[in-house]
Amino acid sequence: MYELDGVRKVFAPGPAALEDVSLTIGRGEHVAFIGPSGAGKTTLFRILNLTLRPTAGRLRFDSGDASALSDAALRRARTRIGTIYQQQNLVGRLRVVHNVLAGNLGRWSAVQALASLAVPRVAPAERALAQVGIPEKLWARTDELSGGQQQRVAIARVLVQDPDVILADEPVSSVDPSLASNIVGLLRDLSASADKTLCVNLHTVELALAYFPRIIGLRDGRVLFDLAPDKVTDELLGELYVGHGDAELPFERMPGDKNPYGTACRPLRGFTR
Amino acid sequence: MTRIPTAPPADRFAASRGKSAFPWILTAAFVASVVFSLREAQVQPGVLFDRQAAANVARLVAGMFPPQLSPEFLALMLRPALETLQISVMGTFIAVLIGVPLGLLATSSLSWSGVLHERASRRGRWLLGFVPYAVSRAVLSVFRAIPEYVWAFMFVRAVGLGPFPGVLAIGVAYGGMLGKVYSEILEGVGPRPLETLHAAGASRGAIVLYGVVPQALPNVIAYTLYRWECAIRASAVLGFVGAGGLGQQIELSMRMFQFDEVLTLLGILFLLVAGVDFVSGRIRARMA
Repeated sequence: MYELDGVRKVFAPGPAALEDVSLTIGRGEHVAFIGPSGAGKTTLFRILNLTLRPTAGRLRFDSGDASALSDAALRRARTRIGTIYQQQNLVGRLRVVHNVLAGNLGRWSAVQALASLAVPRVAPAERALAQVGIPEKLWARTDELSGGQQQRVAIARVLVQDPDVILADEPVSSVDPSLASNIVGLLRDLSASADKTLCVNLHTVELALAYFPRIIGLRDGRVLFDLAPDKVTDELLGELYVGHGDAELPFERMPGDKNPYGTACRPLRGFTR
Repeated sequence: MTRIPTAPPADRFAASRGKSAFPWILTAAFVASVVFSLREAQVQPGVLFDRQAAANVARLVAGMFPPQLSPEFLALMLRPALETLQISVMGTFIAVLIGVPLGLLATSSLSWSGVLHERASRRGRWLLGFVPYAVSRAVLSVFRAIPEYVWAFMFVRAVGLGPFPGVLAIGVAYGGMLGKVYSEILEGVGPRPLETLHAAGASRGAIVLYGVVPQALPNVIAYTLYRWECAIRASAVLGFVGAGGLGQQIELSMRMFQFDEVLTLLGILFLLVAGVDFVSGRIRARMA
């Protein structure tokens, strides 16, 4: 799905946000990105969803060179990538149904978009909301929902968009921790059942290790490791987060029986403060 | 790169509270300007109370009572009152017709910068975006820099006496104000929903429809209603230059020293303004 070769991104002025990132992400793969804040995860995701261009290096999306796309082709490519953001990027004053149906905007003409605001065809929105577990919120005003519910609306929008790739940039950092694993699990199950590629950026290492078969650690804009969760050792995690004694610590791995990739999940020591 | 508005630094006010000379300079400038203006504007409170003025005031007030409330007069004034209302509605309507398109063009985030234009070439941005932007801003500021009173004066010369020049005057002057404020509201909408739609491949028109308009609409409507409240007051004043409505009747009665009629007309105007304030206030409260 994605091939990155020596990707570098510099925001002038300052050090590079990304430096020599080379990755291949296959179709239908599930990947979690972890790393301290400022490691370049969000920048990488904005390059992956084709809203930022790399300063140098090559990005291939679905085996086509992303930098060579025309305006129209770029728009078409973007409709195949669904992004879920850390903050609620919904329009609070619109009803849920319109925020969900906005997933169609990539294929709709302006007339269809306007018509839908007046007379929405609710069936697809209903289906998507049922999939994320809040079918009763169809006509609610979006800004009256809780943070977790709004994140579900954002997921429902991506379901309506029906992209080949789902990118979730810290989807649970503004959600109650008890709901976080719920939402990450939901994303994983929905992607798996529709055979979609899923890339998630996570603050919570335990969630990444519990739900994803491939973990990529980013630090200072570089890929530090790219491993299966059972190969991600305490030493590697220590190296990833050293000098960043901030909000992501302390963390613990999930007990083995709850974890599909069980072997990796021994309790971690040495990270409690 | 997308443009994200930066919040004003929180310590902007704190900084001036320290040893800065700024508050003193400001105070001194204020005092100086008042003293200077007091003399030049010929403010002489004494004049208000000298014998001649007092007699004039007494005659005016005495002439006002009792107000002219005869059924014939009231029936005759129904039409000008309605006319004033109609001038304000039509004037505001024309102001919206002027303000919306010019306001959209005068919004930098819609016409030439930000996520909507990431791929436009430099020259394309300049010609199709920045030039219309600058022109519409200039037109809007000319429209609102000239007071509606002066506009009415010119339109009376152009199209003759009656309510129509009043409508045009309010339409043009308020169109300039509405366009300016609309563009400020549109620039202030949260950029994140726009980026999200943009990242999902939505077209420019769709981003405006689903991202910009819903965020801006309540403020746009509220400000338009507020301008309508101002328009009804203005339409009374415009009558003085012959632009119809209650104002013209007030001016006629004044000139004929029929102060009892003036008081009645002022009462009608008060009721109209209060009624419009009430209606628009209720609508705005419903939308908040």
